[in-house]
Amino acid sequence: MRRITRRELLQATGGGAAVAKTGGLAAILATGRAPAYAQTTQIHWLKWNDFVPAGDQLLRRQLLGEAEKALGIKINLETIGLNDLQARVTAAIQSQSGADITMAFNNNAQLYAESCVDVSDVCEELAASQGGFYDLAKAQSHDGRKWVAVPYCIIGAMVAYRKSWFDEIGVTTFPETWEAYREAGRKLKARGRPIGQSLGHTVGDAPAFCYPLMWSFGGREVEADGKTVKLNSKETIESVKFMTAFWKEAHDEGGLAWDDSNNNRAFLSGTISSTLNGASIYIEALRKPDQYKTDSGAQMRTDILHAPLPRGAHGQFGVHPFQNHMVMGYSKNQKAAKEFLRWFHSPAVYEKWFVVQKGFATGPTRSWENHKVWDEDPVMAPYRVAGRLGLVYGHAGPAGQKAAEVLSKYIIVDMYAKAVQGMSAEDAVKWAEAEVKKVYGTGA
Amino acid sequence: MATIAIAVDDRQKRPRPRTRVLEDERWLAFALLLPTAVLLGLFIAYPFVKGVLLSLSADRVGVSGGFVGLANFDKIWNDSIFRTAVWNTFWYTGVTTVFKLFLGLWLALLLNRHFKGKAYIRAAILLPFIIPTVLSTFAWKWMFDPTFSVINWALFKLGLITGRINWLGDPDLAMTSIIIVNIWRGVPFFAISLLAGLQTISPELQEAAAIDGAKPWKRFWYVTWPLLLPVTMVVVLFSVIQTFADFQLVYVMTGGGPANATHLFATYAYQIGIGTGLLSEGAAISLAMFPFLLLIVIVQLLYIRRVETR
Repeated sequence: MRRITRRELLQATGGGAAVAKTGGLAAILATGRAPAYAQTTQIHWLKWNDFVPAGDQLLRRQLLGEAEKALGIKINLETIGLNDLQARVTAAIQSQSGADITMAFNNNAQLYAESCVDVSDVCEELAASQGGFYDLAKAQSHDGRKWVAVPYCIIGAMVAYRKSWFDEIGVTTFPETWEAYREAGRKLKARGRPIGQSLGHTVGDAPAFCYPLMWSFGGREVEADGKTVKLNSKETIESVKFMTAFWKEAHDEGGLAWDDSNNNRAFLSGTISSTLNGASIYIEALRKPDQYKTDSGAQMRTDILHAPLPRGAHGQFGVHPFQNHMVMGYSKNQKAAKEFLRWFHSPAVYEKWFVVQKGFATGPTRSWENHKVWDEDPVMAPYRVAGRLGLVYGHAGPAGQKAAEVLSKYIIVDMYAKAVQGMSAEDAVKWAEAEVKKVYGTGA
Repeated sequence: MATIAIAVDDRQKRPRPRTRVLEDERWLAFALLLPTAVLLGLFIAYPFVKGVLLSLSADRVGVSGGFVGLANFDKIWNDSIFRTAVWNTFWYTGVTTVFKLFLGLWLALLLNRHFKGKAYIRAAILLPFIIPTVLSTFAWKWMFDPTFSVINWALFKLGLITGRINWLGDPDLAMTSIIIVNIWRGVPFFAISLLAGLQTISPELQEAAAIDGAKPWKRFWYVTWPLLLPVTMVVVLFSVIQTFADFQLVYVMTGGGPANATHLFATYAYQIGIGTGLLSEGAAISLAMFPFLLLIVIVQLLYIRRVETR
């Protein structure tokens, strides 16, 4: 066997032509830098466990591989529970290390605006090519100076209801007003089929119900100037009085302790007749048609319809949970992270993910309203325009830090919860206004 | 010449300077304590000091807000949710500690007897304490579920109730529920610790008291209890500290709801510090526990010292 000299070894381990030209390993060692050609940029992407598991499966099995081929960027996807995202992002920002791309929920990205990279270039490109972002997407991703996160999707929140049970009480189309909904709920509860609604400390369903109820009666936490707290009004008190009676007459009173998954279980087990939710109840019923049945033995999926929350004297409103992605300021791969998000949101790629969502998640730009997925299943049709109808927490003020604080303290939710537990509507609103004023810095 | 030779030999045998330093008890004690001091400094003192500094600032997540003195404490003092959390924490700690002590002591006295399968029972008793709290709390959450509660189902089948009990939806019942779970989890710690204490008490003392005609209750009150008191005080001290700062149990079961009825110091601090990003205010809420805990610790330690020096 021929002996290899030290010099030959150094030349040989230099590998490719580019390095060979510069003198192999010896030259690399001399420069003190790793050869750039041999590295694949790696990005750590942290997001929630999708309520539609097929979405994450598609990412892991197909799209991330395609991203690596197309961009030369390897994506390490990590998924965690929705409620754990904030703890992770807080720890990452404070320690200046962690995921390169992190998902945020609702207006949370506003809390971390100073720690996010400006992604205006990506967002403006997407807006220009895809019909523009919905107002709710911009309000929660733009801090007034720059885009702090790239809008990902809107999870439409609609009332899922049992059509046959509503038919049985003579209500053949979903009630259009709160009073009509209350009347229907009263009859349904008398038959042991109450409405199910969370008034607990949970990020999704409870505030998504309470805020629109308040707005439709004309109540609001703050005026458009974002400073004048306006909660303690005749309109808010009316909404609280209405909810107190509505709760006792029509609701499952266990809802005070519900989180975002209780109503799914209650609906699918046939103990409630309607509930505000994403489309996950229906999608679960579609996924397991033989597991979820009606009293008559039919597949429950055939008995579920969706409708927006009813209207009040001041209009019809909705809050639709929203997600976006922040490129973190501490990331050493900011350029690659933006490149990946730009690629992921390109119509050809995003469409693959959008289709497997079956309408649970709608696109953050208007062009996705026209996708054929909405024509495939009429039950999902109401979600098509969720992005257009939704308002943001903090309305009529901005969706900034203060609104996020009021939301995370569950002040509006607790205002209703206190009243249904026996506090007078006037006292509950007075308590809530005092708390909101402390947040907005206008004194108690 | 002989004297000089001896002196040279002594010099040769004398330990090196480093070893000589360690012969001094003060330096030896310092050297032995150093690893512990470093560990305590890194993992106790540093986070504590950092927490104090944070509570005196207006820092938010990722944003340095500068020194604001006691403004955060002033803000939380006027916060009705904080006041609710303070009351809840005292109630939660007080009630659970009393129950854990009595049930734990009762269990320890039973386990101290001789019976078949004693070792297995003692091991099984520890299960609630060994299972990760989050896991067991999820199981309890299901048992108290407003719709699917197995407890309600059992009570209904036994004919004891006609409607559902809204365990986690009613403010008082929600607090009662978390108290029950905490007691369930904490009793084994009391039982095993007190059992260890009971086993250090010589049976001869009991026998002597029995020969003197003392009934079981008198034997417990005048012999067992005084000898068990130092151990009991230490166990209560540990338990109070842990319960006062409890987080995961409430976070999993109620998230502090309904309408803040079950918020404790730690859950409210988490909500404000992490949920709202107001790190400094969250730190202030956390630190507000400190004076209460310090007072409890001082009182108990003084009591233990008094008992031990009797």
